[in-house]
Amino acid sequence: MREGMFRNPSGCAISGIFSRSGKRFSGKCIIDSIATMRDRSNGLGGGFAAYGIYPEYKEYYAFHIFYDSKSAKKDCEKFLEEHFDIINLSKIPTQKVPEITDEPLIWRYFVAPLPTKLADSQMDEREFVVKCVFRINTAIDGAYVFSSGKNMGVFKAVGFPEDVGRFYRLEEYEGYCFTAHGRYPTNTPGWWGGAHPFALLDYSVVHNGEISSYDANRRAIEMYGYKCTLQTDTEVITYIIDYLHRKKGLKLEEICLVIAAPFWTTIENKPEEERQELEYLRSAFASQLITGPFSIIVGFEGGMMALNDRLKLRSMVVAEKDDMFYVASEEAAIRIIQNDLDKVWSPKGGEGVIVTLEKGRI
Amino acid sequence: MAINYVYPEYEIVRNYDRCINCRVCERQCANEAHKYLSDYNKMTSDDSKCVNCHRCVALCPTRALKIVKSNHTFRENANWNGKSINEIYKQAESGGVLLSSMGNPENYPVYFDKILLNASQVTNPSIDPLREPMETRVFLGAKPDRIERDENGRLKNNMPPQLKLSMPVMFSAMSYGSISYNAHESLARAAAEMGILYNTGEGGLHEDFYKYGQNTIVQVASGRFGVHKKYLDSGAAIEIKMGQGAKPGIGGHLPGTKVGEDISKTRMIPEGTDAISPAPHHDIYSIEDLRQLVYSLKEATAYKKPIIVKIAAVHNVAAIASGIARSGADIIAIDGFRGGTGAAPTRIRDHVGLPIELALASVDKRLRDEGIRNNVSIVVAGSIRSSADIVKAVALGADCVYIGTAALLALGCHLCRSCQTGKCNWGIATQRADLVKRLNPDIGYKRLVNLLTAWKHEIKEMMGGMGINSIESLKGNRLMLRGVGLNEKELEILGIKHAGE
Repeated sequence: MREGMFRNPSGCAISGIFSRSGKRFSGKCIIDSIATMRDRSNGLGGGFAAYGIYPEYKEYYAFHIFYDSKSAKKDCEKFLEEHFDIINLSKIPTQKVPEITDEPLIWRYFVAPLPTKLADSQMDEREFVVKCVFRINTAIDGAYVFSSGKNMGVFKAVGFPEDVGRFYRLEEYEGYCFTAHGRYPTNTPGWWGGAHPFALLDYSVVHNGEISSYDANRRAIEMYGYKCTLQTDTEVITYIIDYLHRKKGLKLEEICLVIAAPFWTTIENKPEEERQELEYLRSAFASQLITGPFSIIVGFEGGMMALNDRLKLRSMVVAEKDDMFYVASEEAAIRIIQNDLDKVWSPKGGEGVIVTLEKGRI
Repeated sequence: MAINYVYPEYEIVRNYDRCINCRVCERQCANEAHKYLSDYNKMTSDDSKCVNCHRCVALCPTRALKIVKSNHTFRENANWNGKSINEIYKQAESGGVLLSSMGNPENYPVYFDKILLNASQVTNPSIDPLREPMETRVFLGAKPDRIERDENGRLKNNMPPQLKLSMPVMFSAMSYGSISYNAHESLARAAAEMGILYNTGEGGLHEDFYKYGQNTIVQVASGRFGVHKKYLDSGAAIEIKMGQGAKPGIGGHLPGTKVGEDISKTRMIPEGTDAISPAPHHDIYSIEDLRQLVYSLKEATAYKKPIIVKIAAVHNVAAIASGIARSGADIIAIDGFRGGTGAAPTRIRDHVGLPIELALASVDKRLRDEGIRNNVSIVVAGSIRSSADIVKAVALGADCVYIGTAALLALGCHLCRSCQTGKCNWGIATQRADLVKRLNPDIGYKRLVNLLTAWKHEIKEMMGGMGINSIESLKGNRLMLRGVGLNEKELEILGIKHAGE
């Protein structure tokens, strides 16, 4: 049994670091932060999303792919060649770490959609890329695209997150934003694809909690062409965010009001115009409401968002120091990397905290 | 006189040690099952007239009465049971179609009873509805397929008309005619108090009840009884009745004896005439005709009201619903084969249609497969018996349920299934003034409010146990369900796993 064949509730630790000025820093910080919360993971999954790490290829989609076998790689590369210009390909650099075993083949491709294929598809570029990613993940046995954004990348494995970070040599990357996840699944995931972050295009999600709305959300989002192959909360949350943000054109602030909607009693006490807007969002996107405990960090091109469920059933703390923004399941995971903070607070349930790069920075 | 072949199914048992000859039973029984023998100063009963409605039992001041199933029996036969034999005797005698009332009582599987709900343990917390908000509000209607913004980037309100309900329950269509004025008043007032809706059925709307318009669904059925501009304008939504779970493919018939002055006015037909609803709408012989009626009604009401299309659950219900979802309807109501009726041919009621659980599961799936689930809301009926049925229906994919029989039970109905006689001793399914007045709407509406309040509490408890604090997150959440004792095919259609999986 491997991830995707069963539902796998998880407890977790999450952490995120963001530089508003776009100053790039090493991945070492995020490893230190997530390592502090080691007892919130159980060694069955860890991972990172890093933004701003591929400036020299920032025009191209960076595909990170797990292969179970050489034949899967061959099939997948054939598919990629048919649909994309492959600008660069290489193994993702790793180092042997005793704690990390059974690694698949891990490859990275910088690609651009073939103009003719893209035109034929009558889709916009990002939709075309999404369709191709789904196609590989569902139709090519043994191939799994786990990262597909521009100028960003996901690095994940079965293991404790700090070991996963060392395995991927994360300290050698520099970016303006890192998020991290330490997983405490209740079942053995069986393969690396199930680790988090979960990503689609430049959206990545790390998540702590087990949502009770899972199947309602899953069945609703699958109606729009998404395929939930992993049966994890993080996967469905990522698709919901992609759907609401990219496909429906909702702003991130509005997305918070959909997925962690205020209670009707709160809405009714708002001024008329706001009340109408809140009622509209809840009613129009009722199936995207997420209930049950969650804290999530959403990474996206040029920004990061932290959000708790409407009752704040999971811990989550945010902090600021100069242009740096921090978020973590526990305050200790922030203080280990920056003890001299300007501001520390615990956002309320449903209150999204969104940070973006200052204008013109990347 | 011909020989009466049929021995009564039920016997009235009177404890003469307790009977005080007060004659309440005699006065209360519209079927005249009880009689006072003055020569003997003794009450007697005629079992053959008893419909087992418990009116006399409930009102007997000394509890001297009870009704028992007769143990009179035919020679045992696994093929020819007593019911089949008696029905033959009745038809050989009358030459007529057998008539019945209320829902299908036969022993078909009740899938709701083979589905179990989930609860949270350890990996996520249950939520206590006494301490935390627990939301049961639902909106019914089509959802916008794209957002629009004004010049300042604010969201425009492009939401099609919606029905707002405090909980996912409405009272299903029961016409004034099939049930009494007092029953209608009870339903209307309860709907208003609970923030839900009731449904006029196809009998038009009595003038006295226009004031409950915001809580009223006005029905347009094949007979078009009582349909006029003011009627359409008065309700919060309009329902086109294409079919009914108790009698798919069959029209309706209100006998002239029930068409008194008030009903004649409300239905806009002469007093004493039979009100016959044709089996089909004679302006709808196909889906494109339905679309025209949907848009005619929308035009007539300035696109301000959602249009409901109600169908009976029949074999290709998924394809039919899919067609309706593309016909401009805002809400589809699906009535299962156990749905109630004031009168239906017995063979139709007992042998036509589908269990609502299977119909709901396949419709919800089909609409999702086709990407049109947000075009419509789904309301299911026939039969919803408890708050647990509601929770299961919502988790299977319903937006809301209709209750009919359950509401009548709250008003005092004892399910004797004799509505077609018009002699309802409880004042519900009758137009006889002396019987109607037995149902006090002040008490009746309160009992309905009590029932729904109790159910709302129970729904919240079950949701809280699952860690869900808003009903939207329960809708279609089939992982919260498991089947017990169901075969692979049944599980596949219901889209649920077996218990233990």
